[in-house]
Amino acid sequence: MGKPVIKPVVSPQEAVKCIKQGDSVMVGGFNWGGIPYTLTDALYDQGTDDLTLISNDTIYEYCGQGKLVAGGRCKKVIASHVGLNKTTGRLFHEGKMELELYPQGTYVEKIRAGGAGLGGFLTPTGIGTVVEKGKQILEINGKKYILELPLTADVALVRAYRADRMGNLTYRGTNQNFNPAMATAAKIVIAEVDEIVNVGELDPNSIITQGILVDMLVLKGDSIYASRT
Amino acid sequence: MLPELDEKVVRERIAKRIALEFEDGEVVNLGIGIPTLVSDYIPEGKRVIFQAENGAIGTGPPPETPNYKCIGAGGRLITLLPGGSYFSSDTSFGLIRGGHVDATVLGTLEVDQHGNLSNWWVPGKSLPGMGGAMDLVVGAKRVYVATTHVTKKGNPKIVKECKLPLTAVGVVDMVVTEFAVFTITDGKMKLIEIAPEVTLDQIKENTGAEFEIAEPLVPMKGLEVA
Repeated sequence: MGKPVIKPVVSPQEAVKCIKQGDSVMVGGFNWGGIPYTLTDALYDQGTDDLTLISNDTIYEYCGQGKLVAGGRCKKVIASHVGLNKTTGRLFHEGKMELELYPQGTYVEKIRAGGAGLGGFLTPTGIGTVVEKGKQILEINGKKYILELPLTADVALVRAYRADRMGNLTYRGTNQNFNPAMATAAKIVIAEVDEIVNVGELDPNSIITQGILVDMLVLKGDSIYASRT
Repeated sequence: MLPELDEKVVRERIAKRIALEFEDGEVVNLGIGIPTLVSDYIPEGKRVIFQAENGAIGTGPPPETPNYKCIGAGGRLITLLPGGSYFSSDTSFGLIRGGHVDATVLGTLEVDQHGNLSNWWVPGKSLPGMGGAMDLVVGAKRVYVATTHVTKKGNPKIVKECKLPLTAVGVVDMVVTEFAVFTITDGKMKLIEIAPEVTLDQIKENTGAEFEIAEPLVPMKGLEVA
């Protein structure tokens, strides 16, 4: 059975109920931009722990997915850069949290591969560094590549600009970042948006994420981060 | 000992020197810190296209009215110049890894005479992560390292062999410090320019790497610009 054609518009609290202890959760965003702040706040308030957080970075301790790390809710973080959130490094060094880092281009491509049905991909990035450790190296036409594997999650929290009731999404500015890739790579996709319009009101040429990928829609909240970004 | 320069002078001097390297129409990605300043010093009449790895090309100065949906890789607000565009991270790293970016400028913890660099992990101390650096140095056609000549403790940042975990192997083309400019070609490092405050001996004493000296060795370019 398919997903409902018209997607439910729910409260952030209702939306994150599908996230259970031990789940893997993708969270869109780069630095402080394009983060689904209303959803990460609701997940933080829900108190769910033992999470595997998959987000490019862990921003600051006091906002977005950074709160999940600082609040001890994550057993593992999969990211590319965690320098802005001092707690991430500290918990890792104290052995209290696992940390898996990938070069950012590899990181997003792993997610893309996960959502696009690929068994992996070959990248020259990381050859000759600790990134290649434990991975298969292939030589193609005399050049070495690392075989990197796909990455998927139980739930993805993404931030878009406008949605129609079918869940089609458009984005603004640099807020796309990892969001469109993550929307393809999780079993359940929840989109936080500025505005929800009727079907047919979005220009089909401007739709980046297809509504068939999206399960629930949530309007952005009025926190200082969510409302402005 | 190296002379002490004001921190602002150091940062501007390095940025100005690197800004001389780009041709009209080239696509350049700037890292965080000193590299970010490079865009302020592109000589007039040249149009260099700046790319931000979080998903923008053709970036311009900060906006007069804030738009928090448009940020650069360092988290500062940006604008787009006419002809610029926004896109996703997978497209962005396709541009980077695919060889469509002409040059990248980034800072480092260590850089060595073979063109290796280390800038993402000090084991046991800090682990900020590599972010986009590994893809940038592998994908960009030319790699510029912008760094102070020595660490805050006075140790050379330009060394024989990087001791910290590498970002990439043999990728650096040029190293610019506040006192000197080095090129690295076919695994060999060469000093090509030197700042007026320092002697060749001072550079030798404060550089861990072995390097050749260009004939002629010329004064560091870009200093005449106020």
